[in-house]
Amino acid sequence: MSWQGRVLRVNLTRGEVTPEPLNMEWAKDYIGERGLGTKYLWENMDPKVDAMSPDNVLIFATGPLTGTNASTSGRYAVLTKGPLTGAIACSNSGGKFGAELKYAGYDLLIVEGCSEKPVYLLIEGDEISLQSAEKIWGKTVWETDEWIKKQHHNPMLKIATIGVAGERGVRYAAIVNDLHRAAGRSGVGSVMGSKNLKAVAVRGTHGVKVKDPKRFMQVTNEMKNLLAKDDGGLAKYGTNAMMDTMQEFGGLPTRNFQEVQFAGYDKVDAKAMLKTDETGHRNLITNKACFGCTIACGRIAHIHKDHFTIQNRKEYWHASGGLEYETAFAFGPVIGVDDIDACTFAGYLMNEHGMDPISFGVTLAAAMELFEMGVITTDDTDGVPLNFGNAEALTVMSEKTGKQEGFGQVLGLGSRLMCQKYGHPELSMTVKGQEFAGYDSRALQGMGLGYATGNRGACHLKHDTFEVDMDDQSGEGKAEPCKASQDWTAVVDSSGLCVFTMGAWGAPEFAAQLDADCEGEWTPERLLESGERIWNLERMFNLAAGLTCADDTLPERLLKDPAPSGTAKGRVNELDKMLPEYYSLRGWTEQGEPTPQTLTRLGLG
Amino acid sequence: MHRSLHIEPSLCTGCLQCELACSFEHEGEFNPARSRIRVFEFEHGKTSVPYTCTQCVEAWCLKACPTGAIYMDSDLGAKLVSAQACVGCKACTTACPFGTIEFNPFSGKVDKCDLCNGDPQCVAACPTDAITYLDAGATGVGRMQAFAEQTAKGVSP
Repeated sequence: MSWQGRVLRVNLTRGEVTPEPLNMEWAKDYIGERGLGTKYLWENMDPKVDAMSPDNVLIFATGPLTGTNASTSGRYAVLTKGPLTGAIACSNSGGKFGAELKYAGYDLLIVEGCSEKPVYLLIEGDEISLQSAEKIWGKTVWETDEWIKKQHHNPMLKIATIGVAGERGVRYAAIVNDLHRAAGRSGVGSVMGSKNLKAVAVRGTHGVKVKDPKRFMQVTNEMKNLLAKDDGGLAKYGTNAMMDTMQEFGGLPTRNFQEVQFAGYDKVDAKAMLKTDETGHRNLITNKACFGCTIACGRIAHIHKDHFTIQNRKEYWHASGGLEYETAFAFGPVIGVDDIDACTFAGYLMNEHGMDPISFGVTLAAAMELFEMGVITTDDTDGVPLNFGNAEALTVMSEKTGKQEGFGQVLGLGSRLMCQKYGHPELSMTVKGQEFAGYDSRALQGMGLGYATGNRGACHLKHDTFEVDMDDQSGEGKAEPCKASQDWTAVVDSSGLCVFTMGAWGAPEFAAQLDADCEGEWTPERLLESGERIWNLERMFNLAAGLTCADDTLPERLLKDPAPSGTAKGRVNELDKMLPEYYSLRGWTEQGEPTPQTLTRLGLG
Repeated sequence: MHRSLHIEPSLCTGCLQCELACSFEHEGEFNPARSRIRVFEFEHGKTSVPYTCTQCVEAWCLKACPTGAIYMDSDLGAKLVSAQACVGCKACTTACPFGTIEFNPFSGKVDKCDLCNGDPQCVAACPTDAITYLDAGATGVGRMQAFAEQTAKGVSP
């Protein structure tokens, strides 16, 4: 019921938009959002095509709970073949855009081909058109959002757009919606740019109906109460509360993963954001919710007007999205910077130009190591000394990369290609070409296994082994919780809800909400099987794209150089022990391919 | 007791649960486009302000209606719209200085806040108490109290 039952297919080459019915058989096997998007991607493209070619397909997918009053119901996912990895890319976002797409009457938006000239897709109620984007090609995310709303005299439009980074081929360009929420990872914005699609602007007026309204209201209210009791401090501190935990544990990647603890951590952590300085300035202004979210972990911050970054730039003297843990890590410890205003400004620039802060920060970290080794010099870097800890280098290079100027063009390649270019592939802290998030694989073994086997490359959001990793630092027994949480997260990502509910809600809680929402009987068992099916289909996409078990690995630094300090001092990641056990648990061969029995069991045969 | 909706924007996180609850109560579906309460955001979400009908005592909409379709519920003080009498002329939407009575293109009538028969669903749904339903004669008490607390610190430091 809570699928709208319709898909909008947009062929940019032909300039056609065609509504079609949603394949309900697929919806019942793949739920929605990430799962259903993966199925549609699998059925609509050849995984071997070049990610930046017109043959790649770009899918925006909502879930069956998107747009309902279940808490955190604003999620949508973007699926495509990723330019950073050559693997499946699946990046999800909050804000308000996803729910609006659902209210327009569509569960999925499928974008094919490539437009001859820059365009944006406009969906205003039932009127759908491709509009010329020539006047906004070259404009920032923030300018584009404002321009489209003015152009159509419609402030209620919700807009997902790329910035200049996506237009000019930065390989980790993001799709930013509602100014500062993003489908950030894996270069989904780069694919959108390669198709000459600048933005999708939506105003929806169709409601979302649920199967059993009375039961649904009762269940979602119970679930909200449960969530309110157990939000893990997310409202007060945001995700950056993790900074202190990782520092204490010794899992905070520092100076391109050469170290695992950072002396300046307390200058960029959640408490630093809450501190009022001697001039009366406080970084954090307020917390902010995405659509339907009763947690509100989002941060709205501002930068001190006298800070070097914005001293004479009044256009940045306003509030915007503030630091989350991953941005704080990527602009802080991993490049050795402890300047909270510089980090906040770099965050603004990522949103404004449309880039993934994690990939940018970790790429800059590798460039800084190359610089300190003398492999590159100021002759390469437009005169900017790229020493670890240089806050000015962070903000200058963020802007150069966003605009694709000078050395920013090299940073825009991502760390794998950049490190290859300079003859030091070992300095690239990536899996399958995608940069790590802020958790070190030597201190968190299961996290390392999850990174190595991640279908979109290194990613901290597609499995959840934090608790078992912090309880026990060996690689023993990590394969099972890694696999189970990968499957479970695939379900959460397919529902339309946010992973930050996972502390309070497990399979029974998700099943209760989905069962009151959607046709068919939704049990925890059925959900878990769907999650495993989704994970395996993503794997099949990657195998068909040409990836192999050789890609399920970690950089040598994490496998051979022991953690220099912290609770895991002396340890390396024990991937060689965990991986065979993981393959076996998955029902895969020693080459990491699903066996025919596994495929048959999951209905993928 | 005459009660009214009291909105405290500083507590609003912009989650839109009020819009979802309002549209569900009135339309039986989740549809913010049909909500009688709307949340507006300013400066990249720095401030979120829920906005809806304040139930004016001398209501512009009521006076402007040529068919007498808008009337006052004497118990609640709410201005209600008779769907039978409303002809969809939109005179009320022109008269209302706040924009809180709106034409519904699907029904051909106007929609406005009706205080949900005295149990406003936006209030029930708000996770931060940014919207409360209070004694209309004392909606400022919370803010006065907060400043009084500040004053108290000066009186007995």
